Amino acid sequence: MHELSICRGIINQAEALAVEHNARRVTGIKVLIGPLSGVEPALLAQAFPLASAASVADGAELQIEYSAVVVRCTACDTESEVAPNRLLCKKCGAWQTQVIRGDEMLLASLELEKNETEPDRLAV
Amino acid sequence: MCDTCGCNVTPGNEHLVRADGKLSRTDDGKAAITVLQSLVSENDHQAAHNRDHFDRHGVLSVNLMSSPGSGKTALLEATIDALGHELKIGVVEGDLETENDAERIRARGVTAIQISTGSACHLDAHMVHSALHHMNLDELDLVFIENVGNLVCPASFDLGHHHNVTLLSVTEGDDKPAKYPVMFRAADLMLLSKADLLAVLDDFDTGKAERHLRELANNAPALELSAKTGAGMDAWFGWLRHQIGEQRERVARRETRVPAVQSEGKTLHTHDHGHIHSHAATEHAHAARARHRHTG
Repeated sequence: MHELSICRGIINQAEALAVEHNARRVTGIKVLIGPLSGVEPALLAQAFPLASAASVADGAELQIEYSAVVVRCTACDTESEVAPNRLLCKKCGAWQTQVIRGDEMLLASLELEKNETEPDRLAV
Repeated sequence: MCDTCGCNVTPGNEHLVRADGKLSRTDDGKAAITVLQSLVSENDHQAAHNRDHFDRHGVLSVNLMSSPGSGKTALLEATIDALGHELKIGVVEGDLETENDAERIRARGVTAIQISTGSACHLDAHMVHSALHHMNLDELDLVFIENVGNLVCPASFDLGHHHNVTLLSVTEGDDKPAKYPVMFRAADLMLLSKADLLAVLDDFDTGKAERHLRELANNAPALELSAKTGAGMDAWFGWLRHQIGEQRERVARRETRVPAVQSEGKTLHTHDHGHIHSHAATEHAHAARARHRHTG
Protein backbone atom coordinates (compact mmCIF):
# COMPACT_ATOMS: atom_id res chain seq x y z
CA MET A 1 0.00 0.00 0.00
CA HIS A 2 1.08 3.53 -0.62
CA GLU A 3 0.46 4.70 2.96
CA LEU A 4 4.13 4.02 3.72
CA SER A 5 5.24 6.42 0.96
CA ILE A 6 2.72 8.96 2.25
CA CYS A 7 4.25 8.55 5.74
CA ARG A 8 7.75 9.04 4.39
CA GLY A 9 6.51 12.26 2.79
CA ILE A 10 5.11 13.41 6.13
CA ILE A 11 8.40 12.65 7.90
CA ASN A 12 10.46 14.49 5.27
CA GLN A 13 8.24 17.54 5.61
CA ALA A 14 8.34 17.33 9.41
CA GLU A 15 12.15 17.14 9.35
CA ALA A 16 12.42 20.20 7.13
CA LEU A 17 9.98 22.14 9.31
CA ALA A 18 11.78 21.12 12.50
CA VAL A 19 15.03 22.54 11.13
CA GLU A 20 13.24 25.64 9.94
CA HIS A 21 11.69 26.21 13.37
CA ASN A 22 14.83 25.35 15.32
CA ALA A 23 13.21 22.35 16.98
CA ARG A 24 14.99 19.26 18.23
CA ARG A 25 11.96 16.96 18.13
CA VAL A 26 8.54 16.68 16.57
CA THR A 27 6.16 15.43 19.27
CA GLY A 28 2.84 15.66 17.48
CA ILE A 29 1.61 15.59 13.87
CA LYS A 30 -1.94 16.36 12.80
CA VAL A 31 -3.16 15.39 9.35
CA LEU A 32 -6.49 15.88 7.60
CA ILE A 33 -7.62 12.96 5.43
CA GLY A 34 -10.73 12.68 3.29
CA PRO A 35 -12.26 9.44 1.95
CA LEU A 36 -11.62 10.61 -1.63
CA SER A 37 -7.89 11.13 -1.06
CA GLY A 38 -7.22 7.41 -1.46
CA VAL A 39 -5.42 7.29 1.88
CA GLU A 40 -6.69 4.82 4.48
CA PRO A 41 -6.39 6.30 8.01
CA ALA A 42 -5.92 2.91 9.71
CA LEU A 43 -3.09 1.95 7.34
CA LEU A 44 -1.50 5.37 7.74
CA ALA A 45 -1.56 4.96 11.53
CA GLN A 46 0.01 1.51 11.17
CA ALA A 47 2.74 2.67 8.83
CA PHE A 48 3.65 5.75 10.85
CA PRO A 49 5.74 4.12 13.63
CA LEU A 50 7.80 2.30 10.97
CA ALA A 51 8.32 5.37 8.82
CA SER A 52 9.15 7.64 11.76
CA ALA A 53 11.59 5.32 13.57
CA ALA A 54 14.92 7.07 14.23
CA SER A 55 13.64 10.26 12.60
CA VAL A 56 13.03 13.63 14.25
CA ALA A 57 9.41 12.48 14.69
CA ASP A 58 10.25 9.18 16.41
CA GLY A 59 7.60 8.66 19.09
CA ALA A 60 5.44 11.53 17.88
CA GLU A 61 1.69 11.24 18.23
CA LEU A 62 -0.04 11.06 14.85
CA GLN A 63 -3.51 12.57 15.00
CA ILE A 64 -5.69 11.83 11.99
CA GLU A 65 -8.77 13.92 11.36
CA TYR A 66 -11.03 12.09 8.92
CA SER A 67 -13.58 14.24 7.14
CA ALA A 68 -16.90 13.42 5.50
CA VAL A 69 -17.49 13.93 1.77
CA VAL A 70 -19.52 17.05 1.01
CA VAL A 71 -20.49 18.14 -2.50
CA ARG A 72 -22.04 21.35 -3.79
CA CYS A 73 -24.53 21.04 -6.62
CA THR A 74 -23.69 23.22 -9.62
CA ALA A 75 -27.38 23.16 -10.63
CA CYS A 76 -29.19 24.08 -7.39
CA ASP A 77 -26.27 25.11 -5.14
CA THR A 78 -27.28 22.70 -2.37
CA GLU A 79 -24.55 21.18 -0.21
CA SER A 80 -24.96 17.48 0.60
CA GLU A 81 -22.99 15.03 2.70
CA VAL A 82 -22.63 11.96 0.48
CA ALA A 83 -21.00 8.54 0.16
CA PRO A 84 -17.58 8.54 -1.57
CA ASN A 85 -18.97 6.60 -4.55
CA ARG A 86 -22.21 8.55 -4.96
CA LEU A 87 -21.41 12.22 -5.39
CA LEU A 88 -24.96 13.19 -6.32
CA CYS A 89 -26.93 16.19 -5.11
CA LYS A 90 -29.31 14.97 -2.43
CA LYS A 91 -31.86 17.65 -3.30
CA CYS A 92 -32.16 17.48 -7.09
CA GLY A 93 -30.24 14.28 -7.86
CA ALA A 94 -27.86 15.94 -10.34
CA TRP A 95 -24.39 14.42 -10.79
CA GLN A 96 -22.94 17.79 -11.78
CA THR A 97 -21.49 18.50 -8.35
CA GLN A 98 -18.18 19.74 -6.97
CA VAL A 99 -16.46 18.10 -4.06
CA ILE A 100 -15.92 20.79 -1.44
CA ARG A 101 -14.76 18.50 1.35
CA GLY A 102 -13.55 14.92 1.58
CA ASP A 103 -10.57 14.77 -0.78
CA GLU A 104 -8.04 16.35 1.54
CA MET A 105 -4.64 14.85 2.23
CA LEU A 106 -3.09 17.62 4.30
CA LEU A 107 -0.40 18.04 6.90
CA ALA A 108 -2.35 20.39 9.18
CA SER A 109 -0.01 21.13 12.07
CA LEU A 110 3.02 20.03 14.02
CA GLU A 111 3.89 20.15 17.69
CA LEU A 112 7.57 20.85 18.18
CA GLU A 113 10.00 20.65 21.07
CA LYS A 114 12.23 23.66 20.63
CA ASN A 115 15.96 23.85 21.04
CA GLU A 116 16.24 25.94 24.18
CA THR A 117 19.93 26.68 23.74
CA GLU A 118 19.57 28.68 20.56
CA PRO A 119 17.44 31.75 19.94
CA ASP A 120 14.31 31.49 17.79
CA ARG A 121 14.55 32.52 14.22
CA LEU A 122 11.96 33.44 11.66
CA ALA A 123 10.18 30.52 10.04
CA VAL A 124 10.52 31.63 6.46
CA MET B 1 6.07 24.40 1.61
CA CYS B 2 8.27 24.77 -1.39
CA ASP B 3 11.82 25.08 -0.13
CA THR B 4 13.16 26.09 -3.50
CA CYS B 5 11.32 29.30 -4.14
CA GLY B 6 8.74 29.75 -1.37
CA CYS B 7 6.17 30.00 -4.13
CA ASN B 8 3.17 28.84 -2.15
CA VAL B 9 3.61 31.31 0.65
CA THR B 10 1.02 33.90 -0.33
CA PRO B 11 -0.43 36.96 1.42
CA GLY B 12 -3.37 34.70 2.38
CA ASN B 13 -1.38 32.07 4.23
CA GLU B 14 1.76 33.97 5.14
CA HIS B 15 0.58 34.61 8.69
CA LEU B 16 0.29 30.88 9.24
CA VAL B 17 3.86 30.07 8.33
CA ARG B 18 5.61 33.05 9.89
CA ALA B 19 7.04 32.28 13.30
CA ASP B 20 5.12 35.00 15.07
CA GLY B 21 1.79 34.10 13.44
CA LYS B 22 0.05 30.94 14.49
CA LEU B 23 3.27 29.68 16.01
CA SER B 24 2.40 29.55 19.64
CA ARG B 25 4.32 28.24 22.57
CA THR B 26 2.60 25.86 24.97
CA ASP B 27 3.27 25.83 28.72
CA ASP B 28 5.68 22.89 28.56
CA GLY B 29 7.96 24.69 26.13
CA LYS B 30 6.58 23.00 23.06
CA ALA B 31 5.52 24.96 20.02
CA ALA B 32 2.57 24.24 17.76
CA ILE B 33 2.76 25.30 14.14
CA THR B 34 0.07 25.28 11.49
CA VAL B 35 1.40 23.86 8.25
CA LEU B 36 -1.39 23.18 5.73
CA GLN B 37 0.53 21.48 3.00
CA SER B 38 -0.31 18.42 0.97
CA LEU B 39 1.01 15.15 2.34
CA VAL B 40 2.41 14.53 -1.11
CA SER B 41 3.83 18.03 -1.60
CA GLU B 42 7.28 16.67 -2.47
CA ASN B 43 5.70 14.52 -5.14
CA ASP B 44 3.51 17.39 -6.34
CA HIS B 45 6.52 19.65 -6.70
CA GLN B 46 8.38 17.07 -8.75
CA ALA B 47 5.23 16.44 -10.80
CA ALA B 48 4.94 20.14 -11.64
CA HIS B 49 8.57 20.07 -12.74
CA ASN B 50 7.90 17.04 -14.98
CA ARG B 51 4.87 18.77 -16.50
CA ASP B 52 6.95 21.85 -17.18
CA HIS B 53 9.50 19.59 -18.88
CA PHE B 54 6.81 18.03 -21.13
CA ASP B 55 5.38 21.46 -21.95
CA ARG B 56 8.74 22.95 -22.85
CA HIS B 57 9.17 20.18 -25.41
CA GLY B 58 5.57 20.44 -26.64
CA VAL B 59 4.89 16.85 -25.60
CA LEU B 60 1.47 15.53 -24.50
CA SER B 61 1.69 13.12 -21.58
CA VAL B 62 -1.03 10.56 -20.82
CA ASN B 63 -1.16 8.39 -17.68
CA LEU B 64 -2.79 4.99 -18.28
CA MET B 65 -4.26 3.38 -15.18
CA SER B 66 -6.28 0.19 -14.63
CA SER B 67 -6.34 -3.18 -12.90
CA PRO B 68 -3.57 -5.60 -13.91
CA GLY B 69 -4.51 -7.41 -17.11
CA SER B 70 -7.11 -5.01 -18.46
CA GLY B 71 -5.16 -4.46 -21.66
CA LYS B 72 -3.02 -1.34 -21.21
CA THR B 73 -0.02 -2.73 -23.08
CA ALA B 74 -2.19 -4.24 -25.84
CA LEU B 75 -3.88 -0.83 -26.23
CA LEU B 76 -0.45 0.80 -26.57
CA GLU B 77 0.72 -1.77 -29.14
CA ALA B 78 -2.35 -1.19 -31.31
CA THR B 79 -2.06 2.59 -30.86
CA ILE B 80 1.60 2.60 -31.91
CA ASP B 81 0.80 0.43 -34.95
CA ALA B 82 -1.96 2.80 -36.04
CA LEU B 83 -0.48 6.20 -35.18
CA GLY B 84 3.27 5.51 -35.28
CA HIS B 85 3.57 7.03 -38.76
CA GLU B 86 1.93 10.33 -37.82
CA LEU B 87 3.00 10.77 -34.17
CA LYS B 88 6.33 10.19 -32.47
CA ILE B 89 5.46 8.17 -29.39
CA GLY B 90 7.47 7.25 -26.28
CA VAL B 91 6.40 5.00 -23.41
CA VAL B 92 7.29 4.84 -19.73
CA GLU B 93 6.37 1.41 -18.34
CA GLY B 94 5.74 0.79 -14.65
CA ASP B 95 5.71 -2.74 -13.23
CA LEU B 96 6.84 -4.34 -10.00
CA GLU B 97 9.23 -6.63 -11.89
CA THR B 98 10.35 -7.59 -15.43
CA GLU B 99 11.06 -5.68 -18.65
CA ASN B 100 8.34 -7.66 -20.46
CA ASP B 101 6.04 -4.76 -21.25
CA ALA B 102 8.86 -2.46 -22.35
CA GLU B 103 10.14 -5.21 -24.65
CA ARG B 104 6.67 -5.56 -26.21
CA ILE B 105 6.62 -1.81 -26.87
CA ARG B 106 10.22 -1.73 -28.19
CA ALA B 107 9.30 -4.53 -30.61
CA ARG B 108 6.95 -1.95 -32.20
CA GLY B 109 9.96 0.32 -32.87
CA VAL B 110 9.23 2.82 -30.11
CA THR B 111 11.39 4.01 -27.20
CA ALA B 112 10.23 2.43 -23.94
CA ILE B 113 11.75 2.98 -20.52
CA GLN B 114 10.89 0.37 -17.93
CA ILE B 115 10.58 1.43 -14.30
CA SER B 116 10.72 -1.61 -12.02
CA THR B 117 9.13 -0.44 -8.80
CA GLY B 118 10.13 -3.49 -6.73
CA SER B 119 7.37 -3.70 -4.17
CA ALA B 120 5.93 -0.24 -4.77
CA CYS B 121 2.32 -0.35 -5.92
CA HIS B 122 2.35 2.89 -7.94
CA LEU B 123 4.58 5.21 -9.93
CA ASP B 124 5.50 8.55 -8.41
CA ALA B 125 6.75 11.76 -9.96
CA HIS B 126 10.37 11.09 -8.96
CA MET B 127 10.43 7.72 -10.72
CA VAL B 128 8.97 9.28 -13.86
CA HIS B 129 11.52 12.07 -13.69
CA SER B 130 14.37 9.54 -13.65
CA ALA B 131 12.85 7.76 -16.64
CA LEU B 132 12.55 11.03 -18.57
CA HIS B 133 16.32 11.47 -18.33
CA HIS B 134 16.60 8.47 -20.65
CA MET B 135 14.21 9.93 -23.22
CA ASN B 136 14.80 12.62 -25.80
CA LEU B 137 11.58 14.61 -25.57
CA ASP B 138 12.65 16.79 -28.53
CA GLU B 139 11.98 13.79 -30.75
CA LEU B 140 8.52 13.02 -29.33
CA ASP B 141 4.92 14.26 -29.62
CA LEU B 142 3.27 11.94 -27.13
CA VAL B 143 4.47 10.09 -24.02
CA PHE B 144 2.33 7.37 -22.48
CA ILE B 145 3.02 6.50 -18.86
CA GLU B 146 1.69 2.98 -18.24
CA ASN B 147 1.16 2.96 -14.50
CA VAL B 148 1.40 -0.11 -12.27
CA GLY B 149 -1.75 -2.21 -12.66
CA ASN B 150 -3.67 -1.19 -9.54
CA LEU B 151 -6.99 0.62 -9.08
CA VAL B 152 -6.08 2.13 -5.71
CA CYS B 153 -2.69 3.75 -5.16
CA PRO B 154 -1.77 5.29 -8.55
CA ALA B 155 -4.71 7.71 -8.28
CA SER B 156 -3.08 9.55 -5.36
CA PHE B 157 0.13 10.50 -7.18
CA ASP B 158 0.43 13.23 -9.78
CA LEU B 159 3.20 12.28 -12.24
CA GLY B 160 3.28 15.53 -14.18
CA HIS B 161 1.10 14.18 -16.97
CA HIS B 162 -1.78 16.03 -18.65
CA HIS B 163 -4.54 13.40 -18.77
CA ASN B 164 -5.63 10.35 -16.80
CA VAL B 165 -6.98 7.57 -18.99
CA THR B 166 -8.54 4.74 -16.98
CA LEU B 167 -9.24 1.35 -18.55
CA LEU B 168 -12.03 -0.90 -17.37
CA SER B 169 -12.06 -4.22 -19.22
CA VAL B 170 -15.46 -5.79 -19.73
CA THR B 171 -14.23 -8.99 -18.06
CA GLU B 172 -14.26 -6.99 -14.81
CA GLY B 173 -17.46 -5.87 -13.11
CA ASP B 174 -19.43 -2.90 -14.46
CA ASP B 175 -19.55 -1.58 -10.88
CA LYS B 176 -15.76 -0.99 -10.70
CA PRO B 177 -16.24 2.84 -10.70
CA ALA B 178 -18.49 2.51 -7.62
CA LYS B 179 -15.97 0.20 -5.92
CA TYR B 180 -12.90 2.34 -6.70
CA PRO B 181 -14.26 5.91 -6.65
CA VAL B 182 -10.91 7.63 -6.08
CA MET B 183 -9.47 6.10 -9.25
CA PHE B 184 -12.47 6.65 -11.50
CA ARG B 185 -13.12 10.18 -10.21
CA ALA B 186 -9.64 11.02 -11.51
CA ALA B 187 -10.35 9.75 -15.04
CA ASP B 188 -10.34 12.24 -17.92
CA LEU B 189 -11.37 9.38 -20.20
CA MET B 190 -12.71 5.90 -19.40
CA LEU B 191 -11.98 3.15 -21.91
CA LEU B 192 -14.13 0.00 -21.76
CA SER B 193 -11.52 -2.39 -23.13
CA LYS B 194 -11.83 -5.94 -24.56
CA ALA B 195 -15.26 -4.92 -25.88
CA ASP B 196 -15.08 -7.79 -28.40
CA LEU B 197 -15.88 -10.05 -25.44
CA LEU B 198 -19.20 -8.29 -24.74
CA ALA B 199 -20.78 -10.73 -27.18
CA VAL B 200 -20.08 -13.63 -24.84
CA LEU B 201 -20.44 -11.80 -21.51
CA ASP B 202 -24.03 -11.19 -20.47
CA ASP B 203 -23.24 -9.61 -17.12
CA PHE B 204 -21.36 -6.45 -18.13
CA ASP B 205 -23.66 -3.51 -18.82
CA THR B 206 -21.72 -0.66 -20.45
CA GLY B 207 -24.55 1.77 -19.66
CA LYS B 208 -24.30 0.85 -15.99
CA ALA B 209 -20.51 1.34 -15.98
CA GLU B 210 -21.04 4.81 -17.42
CA ARG B 211 -23.78 5.61 -14.88
CA HIS B 212 -21.44 4.65 -12.03
CA LEU B 213 -18.86 7.04 -13.52
CA ARG B 214 -21.43 9.89 -13.61
CA GLU B 215 -22.30 9.17 -9.97
CA LEU B 216 -18.74 10.26 -9.19
CA ALA B 217 -19.61 13.66 -10.66
CA ASN B 218 -17.32 12.84 -13.58
CA ASN B 219 -18.32 13.91 -17.09
CA ALA B 220 -15.38 12.12 -18.76
CA PRO B 221 -16.25 10.39 -22.03
CA ALA B 222 -16.56 6.58 -21.94
CA LEU B 223 -15.48 4.69 -25.07
CA GLU B 224 -15.93 1.01 -25.85
CA LEU B 225 -13.05 -0.50 -27.79
CA SER B 226 -11.12 -3.63 -28.61
CA ALA B 227 -7.40 -3.42 -29.29
CA LYS B 228 -7.63 -6.95 -30.66
CA THR B 229 -10.28 -6.43 -33.35
CA GLY B 230 -9.79 -2.68 -33.78
CA ALA B 231 -13.46 -1.98 -33.04
CA GLY B 232 -13.96 1.43 -31.47
CA MET B 233 -10.26 2.31 -31.78
CA ASP B 234 -10.91 5.21 -34.17
CA ALA B 235 -12.72 7.15 -31.43
CA TRP B 236 -9.70 6.66 -29.14
CA PHE B 237 -7.32 7.81 -31.89
CA GLY B 238 -9.59 10.80 -32.48
CA TRP B 239 -9.46 11.69 -28.78
CA LEU B 240 -5.65 11.46 -28.83
CA ARG B 241 -5.32 13.60 -31.98
CA HIS B 242 -7.67 16.18 -30.45
CA GLN B 243 -5.65 16.28 -27.20
CA ILE B 244 -2.36 16.63 -29.14
CA GLY B 245 -3.88 19.62 -30.95
CA GLU B 246 -5.09 21.09 -27.65
CA GLN B 247 -1.65 20.59 -26.10
CA ARG B 248 0.04 22.39 -29.01
CA GLU B 249 -2.35 25.31 -28.60
CA ARG B 250 -1.77 25.41 -24.83
CA VAL B 251 1.99 25.38 -25.31
CA ALA B 252 1.69 28.26 -27.81
CA ARG B 253 -0.37 30.20 -25.23
CA ARG B 254 2.12 29.24 -22.50
CA GLU B 255 -0.53 27.35 -20.55
CA THR B 256 -0.63 23.88 -19.13
CA ARG B 257 -3.22 21.36 -18.02
CA VAL B 258 -3.26 19.29 -14.86
CA PRO B 259 -5.53 16.25 -14.61
CA ALA B 260 -8.98 17.13 -13.30
CA VAL B 261 -8.83 16.00 -9.71
CA GLN B 262 -5.44 17.38 -8.79
CA SER B 263 -6.44 20.84 -9.94
CA GLU B 264 -9.58 21.12 -7.81
CA GLY B 265 -11.70 21.70 -10.88
CA LYS B 266 -9.56 24.47 -12.33
CA THR B 267 -7.80 22.67 -15.12
CA LEU B 268 -6.13 25.56 -16.87
CA HIS B 269 -3.89 28.23 -15.59
CA THR B 270 -1.76 30.68 -17.47
CA HIS B 271 1.80 31.56 -16.77
CA ASP B 272 3.50 34.58 -18.19
CA HIS B 273 7.06 34.28 -16.97
CA GLY B 274 8.02 30.78 -18.00
CA HIS B 275 7.79 29.34 -14.52
CA ILE B 276 4.96 26.85 -14.75
CA HIS B 277 5.89 24.76 -11.78
CA SER B 278 5.78 27.59 -9.29
CA HIS B 279 2.25 28.42 -10.43
CA ALA B 280 1.21 24.84 -9.95
CA ALA B 281 2.65 24.89 -6.45
CA THR B 282 0.79 28.10 -5.71
CA GLU B 283 -2.38 26.43 -6.91
CA HIS B 284 -1.86 23.63 -4.44
CA ALA B 285 -1.50 26.20 -1.68
CA HIS B 286 -4.77 27.83 -2.76
CA ALA B 287 -6.43 24.44 -2.73
CA ALA B 288 -5.00 23.72 0.70
CA ARG B 289 -6.38 26.98 2.06
CA ALA B 290 -9.77 26.45 0.48
CA ARG B 291 -10.00 23.00 1.99
CA HIS B 292 -8.91 24.25 5.36
CA ARG B 293 -11.72 26.77 5.41
CA HIS B 294 -14.21 23.98 4.92
CA THR B 295 -12.70 21.69 7.46
CA GLY B 296 -11.75 24.30 10.01
